[in-house]
Amino acid sequence: MSANNGRSHLPSALRRRLLLGMAALPAAALLPRPVFADIPPTSAVNTTGLAVTDDSVTIGILHSITGTMAISETGSVEAEKLAISQINAKGGVLGRQIKFIQEDGASDWPTFAEKARKLLVSDKVAAVMGCWTSASRKAVLPVFEQYKGILYYPTFYEGLEESHDVFYEGQEATQQIIAGLNWIADTKKAKTFYLLGSDYIWPRTSNKIARKHIEDHLHLEVVGEDYFPLGNTEFNSVINKIKLKKPDVIYAIIVGGSNVAFYKQLKAAGVDMVNKQTLLTISVTEDEIRGIGGENIVGAYAAMKYFQSIDTPTNRAFVDAFKKMWGPQSVIGDVTQAAYEGPWLWSLECEKAGSFDTEKVIAAAPGTVFNAPEGPVKVHENHHLWSKLRIGRARADGQYDIVYVTPEDIEPNPFPKGYQ
Amino acid sequence: MNALSLRKHKELIGIALLAVLIFVVLPVSLDIFRLNLFGKYLTYAFVALGLVLCWGDAGILSLGQGVFFGLGGYCMAMFLKLEASSVANTKIQSTPGIPDFMDWNQLTALPYFWQPFHSLTFSLIAVVVAPTAFAFVIGVAMFKRRVGGVYFAIITQALAAILTILIVGRQGYTGGINGITDLRTLKGWDIRTDHAKYVLYFVNGGLLIGAIMVARYVRGSKLGRILVAMRDKEDRVRFSGYDVANFKTFVFCLAAAFAALGGAMFTLQVGFMSPSFVGIVPSIELVICCAVGGRNSLLGAVYGTVLVNWAKTTFSEDFPNLWLFAMAALFIGVVLAFPDGLAGLYRSYVQPYANRLLGSMQDSIRGRRVAPASAVSSRVE
Amino acid sequence: MFGYSFGDLSAIFAMQAFDGLILFSVFILMSLGLAIIFGQMGVINMAHGEFMIMGAYVTYLCSNVFHHYLLGLYPIYFFVAMLLAFFAAGTAGMLAEWALIRHLYRRPLDTLLATWGLSLFLQQCYRSIFGAREVGVDLPNWMMGAVHAGDTIEIPINGLFVMGLTVVITIAVFVLLYRSSWGKKVRAVMQNRVMAGAIGINTEKVDRLTFGIGCGIAGIAGSAFTMIGSTNPSAGQLYIVNTFLIVVFGGAQSLIGTIASAFVISQAQSTAEFFLTGSMATVLVLLSVVGILMLRPQGLFVLKIRR
Repeated sequence: MSANNGRSHLPSALRRRLLLGMAALPAAALLPRPVFADIPPTSAVNTTGLAVTDDSVTIGILHSITGTMAISETGSVEAEKLAISQINAKGGVLGRQIKFIQEDGASDWPTFAEKARKLLVSDKVAAVMGCWTSASRKAVLPVFEQYKGILYYPTFYEGLEESHDVFYEGQEATQQIIAGLNWIADTKKAKTFYLLGSDYIWPRTSNKIARKHIEDHLHLEVVGEDYFPLGNTEFNSVINKIKLKKPDVIYAIIVGGSNVAFYKQLKAAGVDMVNKQTLLTISVTEDEIRGIGGENIVGAYAAMKYFQSIDTPTNRAFVDAFKKMWGPQSVIGDVTQAAYEGPWLWSLECEKAGSFDTEKVIAAAPGTVFNAPEGPVKVHENHHLWSKLRIGRARADGQYDIVYVTPEDIEPNPFPKGYQ
Repeated sequence: MNALSLRKHKELIGIALLAVLIFVVLPVSLDIFRLNLFGKYLTYAFVALGLVLCWGDAGILSLGQGVFFGLGGYCMAMFLKLEASSVANTKIQSTPGIPDFMDWNQLTALPYFWQPFHSLTFSLIAVVVAPTAFAFVIGVAMFKRRVGGVYFAIITQALAAILTILIVGRQGYTGGINGITDLRTLKGWDIRTDHAKYVLYFVNGGLLIGAIMVARYVRGSKLGRILVAMRDKEDRVRFSGYDVANFKTFVFCLAAAFAALGGAMFTLQVGFMSPSFVGIVPSIELVICCAVGGRNSLLGAVYGTVLVNWAKTTFSEDFPNLWLFAMAALFIGVVLAFPDGLAGLYRSYVQPYANRLLGSMQDSIRGRRVAPASAVSSRVE
Repeated sequence: MFGYSFGDLSAIFAMQAFDGLILFSVFILMSLGLAIIFGQMGVINMAHGEFMIMGAYVTYLCSNVFHHYLLGLYPIYFFVAMLLAFFAAGTAGMLAEWALIRHLYRRPLDTLLATWGLSLFLQQCYRSIFGAREVGVDLPNWMMGAVHAGDTIEIPINGLFVMGLTVVITIAVFVLLYRSSWGKKVRAVMQNRVMAGAIGINTEKVDRLTFGIGCGIAGIAGSAFTMIGSTNPSAGQLYIVNTFLIVVFGGAQSLIGTIASAFVISQAQSTAEFFLTGSMATVLVLLSVVGILMLRPQGLFVLKIRR
């Protein structure tokens, strides 16, 4: 970027010649627009004292690198770093390279709040890619609202929230649940459901929505509903109950390490998900299958917006780039891909707003479209994303076969009437 | 006695120094963000003070102080949350006027045990009384049956685990794993502004100094001597006619009250409370803070807590992986190498120099007084 | 009753009974190692869960090695893994005893803190070596699936395996403690350390070996648990509270007490889980155990010793 350095010192005639020369290069054809002459000055793009210089802008990454959540959040961090490196390779945002400050939430919600405050107040980052659990998001929410920051939150979650300062890249409950239940009731001719979950807000809220939909809209039956503390490893009792009730569909929202115990015990109890018993989950991505073991969960259905096995050129390129950066053994789950969308969405929104000021970025955001690996996604006024839902069937090798995609994007609806 | 009054002098000087540090040095040299962090550390110091009394002096190791910290914090949080959930603030909910997490859980009315927390007076009383009452029940049940030492520690640990599971499971009533968040005003006064954070910091500091004075008084009284005697030779104290269980229960309740106070101040300064402060891991970290500072020294406990938490914040920023190793080393080191913590190190290395400044006469008296104290510092079963 | 037919009910009870037995075996495996250490030596080992996870990671490594180099022998790898887990955890335990525990015998509360530090150390080691993520341990095919006893009754094979393993290990421990010369030494040291030393028993060696064996059993338990739980650096924390309560509830110095206590708690948990949700069942059982401990602090079985 030699033109960049010399911009303020070169006489204009020499500058024009350089520009013409550069334009002749084939590489220039690949650039989205001429970058050199168009870099807006810092005073125009940054009127609120953010960490922006003439050639760089700083954002924050706030995930758990240690503690129990590190297992899940590592993928998000990797995806965000990949996105940042790709954006930088394309010329950065508003002509500036993205630098990031990474903080460790340590799976501890107060630490998340503290680090969020540090990133916004001390480091003055322009945006934060962060959080994973709802608890961490709830803990940092007041900080973002007080200091007018922007948070890009990747995980699918229970909805019931619509903050001015947060963009939700993951699906909220109605997007994930309703279409999935419709499909399974249709294709499997299911009449009875058994709902299971880990005992905290996301599974409980999701199952409430599921139950409402099953009973009031599909007019089918829920024959059982059970919850287990996080970290629980004993599922034999509920597996016995399930075997006796013989539900057509087991609807499982078990989270974290308990998944491993649950599916192993399910298989050991002789529940055959390939031929006899249908199981639908919204909490097992390719990341979790690594710990569960593909052969223990083969045959289960999962409802996600993204699977690593999506067969489009965009996704294949994404998977290749990810594996190149993070190792050939990497797997990419729904949340990891959603985290990848974060820096891209932010950079597109900044370009659209022509500024890094958070209020301008937030104002410009609705309507932004990004060609994500899952397909094009659009930002809604409620800061969630329009996206499709896919149903995948788990294979023994840990990947999913995609058996259904909703034909249209589903509108996000975090406060669904009739489901509350 | 000359030496005793000198020792009291020393401690008062120490407390005065601490007060200067808290009220003058820190606010001047730190920005509000870091000052707020230190305020948070100081709330943990309340728990450490309680542990000095009940563990260092009376030999009762409680691995469940998080329970009391959390109970105090939750009482305060419930009041603040109700205030923040006025009908005007919550008009987009299905049921306005109740906290948001209750609305998500399809509760349509405030549970009965939340109702009294509309009143500030009740909440303040509850902050202190509820955990103390709980501690009383546990204390009476265990100490009357002469459960002590290791068994007591394990049971307190189990209680911490149970309370965590209860809070997370009953999310409609307690906010579940997210805790109670988004607290805004205290009787109309916004606690999130920088000005408010300054005020709360000073209030916190004041309460802490007050707690230290109370603890000093207890230690210096006859009660304090009985506690130390109980730690070393419980049976003899019992044979001398004292009801050991009552004393143990008292000091355990006092420690619980301190922890609860810390919890309430924490909620005010940080702006939320969650079950992640109630469980086994935070409880044992509080113990180690106390141990690092010196389980027999009130000032040591405060400094130890601040030091460990400051190190945690700094290290986890730069070397997150190294931090756990450092913690492990702290636990092991504090037990093997320096059981008296920083206070002990201070006493062994720094104090002789300080004394030399004050003259040789005082030095020889101090030499006779220090030796017995350090010999009984490790717990003998 | 509850909407089930009689045939269903009897099937429920049969399967619940088996699950209760499996849970019982799991609890025994978890607590036996700790019972030996706590009961016989009075040492609280807060790192017990981490020694179990050590066994699990050893199993994981074994699984990988056999998968890559010794595929023909894969079906028996699990037995090899358990043996290796025993030795690995046992040696680590002896090392910990030598470096750390032996300085703290008179100070049980301090061993609590020191072993907690050890558990943090081990957790971070696992995280640094194996990564923060869970690792999947593959089972050989013969261990997956269930045995059908009748139309509705299915007994998981790995459950049978765990039960069999527990029986073998319990018998081994009893034989060791009550029939071998080492066992005699351990019991002597436990009952009167000073006299035992005076008659020529090397108390240090006995302690070291006991701690090592206790940790070794934990390693085997962890190895068995790869079948039913997940293997990640912080998984050890899940087991601590239950294990300690079982040991303390049974009466610290009695192995029979530990077994009885494991039985009571496992059946209570299993039954409660069937009728209540998982969380409430756990809370109820734990509260009951704590309550009973408050009423009878010495636990179920008490060894009468003159000190």
